[in-house]
Amino acid sequence: MSLLQIEGLGIDFGGLRAVHDVSFSLGAGEIVSVIGPNGAGKTTLFNMISGVYRPEHGRVRLAGEDVTGIEPHLLARRGLSRTFQNLQIFQAMTVLENAIAGHHLHEKGPVLADLLSLPSSRRRAAEAEASARMLLDRVGLGRAEAQEAGSLSYGALKRLEIARALALKPRVLLLDEPAAGCNAVETEEIDRLIAEVAAEGVAILLVEHDMKMVMRISNHIVVLDHGEKIAEGAPAKVSRDPRVIEAYLGPQVRETADAHG
Amino acid sequence: MRLSSKTTTLLALAALIALAPLFFPSSYYFRVGSLIFVNGLAVTGLVVLTGYAGQISLGHAGFVGIGAYACALAPVHLGLNPIAAAVVGAALSGGIAWLVGRPILRLKGYYLAVASLGFGALVSMVLANEAQVTGGPDGMTVPDPGLRALLKSAGLDLSNSAFWYAFSGIVLVIGAWLALNLYHSPTGRALRALHGSEVAARTVGVDVAGFKLRAFVISAFYASLSGSLLALQNKFITPDVAGYMHSIELVTMTVLGGAGSVLGAICGAMILTTLPQVLTVFQEYEQVMLGLVMMLVMIFMRDGLLPSLSRKIRGRGK
Repeated sequence: MSLLQIEGLGIDFGGLRAVHDVSFSLGAGEIVSVIGPNGAGKTTLFNMISGVYRPEHGRVRLAGEDVTGIEPHLLARRGLSRTFQNLQIFQAMTVLENAIAGHHLHEKGPVLADLLSLPSSRRRAAEAEASARMLLDRVGLGRAEAQEAGSLSYGALKRLEIARALALKPRVLLLDEPAAGCNAVETEEIDRLIAEVAAEGVAILLVEHDMKMVMRISNHIVVLDHGEKIAEGAPAKVSRDPRVIEAYLGPQVRETADAHG
Repeated sequence: MRLSSKTTTLLALAALIALAPLFFPSSYYFRVGSLIFVNGLAVTGLVVLTGYAGQISLGHAGFVGIGAYACALAPVHLGLNPIAAAVVGAALSGGIAWLVGRPILRLKGYYLAVASLGFGALVSMVLANEAQVTGGPDGMTVPDPGLRALLKSAGLDLSNSAFWYAFSGIVLVIGAWLALNLYHSPTGRALRALHGSEVAARTVGVDVAGFKLRAFVISAFYASLSGSLLALQNKFITPDVAGYMHSIELVTMTVLGGAGSVLGAICGAMILTTLPQVLTVFQEYEQVMLGLVMMLVMIFMRDGLLPSLSRKIRGRGK
């Protein structure tokens, strides 16, 4: 059974059709990529799935449950987590604290216990801290844990966001351009990390502009253009689809051909 | 053993409070000191609201007023000891903060500032106008809780001003301890997270509205207890404590000292409580000098006096 099911999702912004009638589904351990030219509605689609926008049409189902338009913090409780295209890091915190903050649902407890620093409160925080350290090691930021997050490089912040999202132990993970602004080495690291996480059974929905990466790691690709789904399928199939080539890959292919000619 | 920054802060604060009287030439300084602690307590609550959670309130004197009048009214009408009345006042403030906070904390930035200003104005109007109950603008007397007499019978005879200095000092240290505990706790982390990015805090599961409300209620407790302490030591109270000038003073102390740091904000309370007395040497220019000091600190030390200075000192140490 699919873990995340998108059925006829749509939203308008002041008469402008941002996303219209998009459907697809995502199973455990699968990596599905959403591609399309700039302004195709990829981030809007992400925002609807993750509860940041309330869709006007259609349904989002998480493990069968209708979760359309419910708030992001309630989706987080149901195991849906995400990263952002424009980074949303807690700048004033250290790297370690950003990763601990991702454990909010595991570490939160009564305010009174926190005010009095009761052993129960300290234990919750210590467990979250230990788990945060492991996650930082996993994304290669273990040595940066004491730094202020604002001082990290762009690529490192992207990985920190992934670590923070993984802290939730999500069933579904939405990654919005995780490799944007990263160099080749960093992209490869993120690539490997995504594959690892998927292999653990997490369903991953990816928006990414790096086509090589998308073609390499996706099981399934959904192509958007002007807010509508124009194709979907396996990478090899999508890359040969004439509508996709025309709408999206076409100009690029021609440009590449021109550059080589 | 290396002390944590929390322990160091608390020890520094406690030592300062305990040792300062050695240099007091007259009992007047005990009076100023306890006034600093009273303001410091309200300001510590604002550190939780503004420094941790990033929300502003220009109406917290409303809660100071509720706490102060609880100590005047509850003993008369309910026959409570004034100390118990302070607890009732804090519970009432917390309850009102919970009711008021739900709608107004949905607002952001200056919208929230104006809405909270309105709340403060409402409380001070009620206190000034319901003269039959509150005595109106003339104010009310506050009964003595009898704590000093109790200490005296136990063999510790303190002067009135020394007693209130010690009592408010202890309350402030406890208040600072709680706020510092909160900073490093899961709740404090959630508050600082939503301060940093609300949308990211939501996606890690933080109930943003709920946590803002918690910070608002906690800061209302602090403000209310500050008002109660003021009423108890002055033994007299007027609606001015709930006025918007007092709200703005509290926010100014917090921001001037450093909203993100408990000790910094308490320093802000100390400076703005004592500066007007020091600046009397400038006579009619007193207010001008006060304004000038505030502007200069904000221009050159945006994070507040203490955090900016300590960063400079640490920077030099490297």
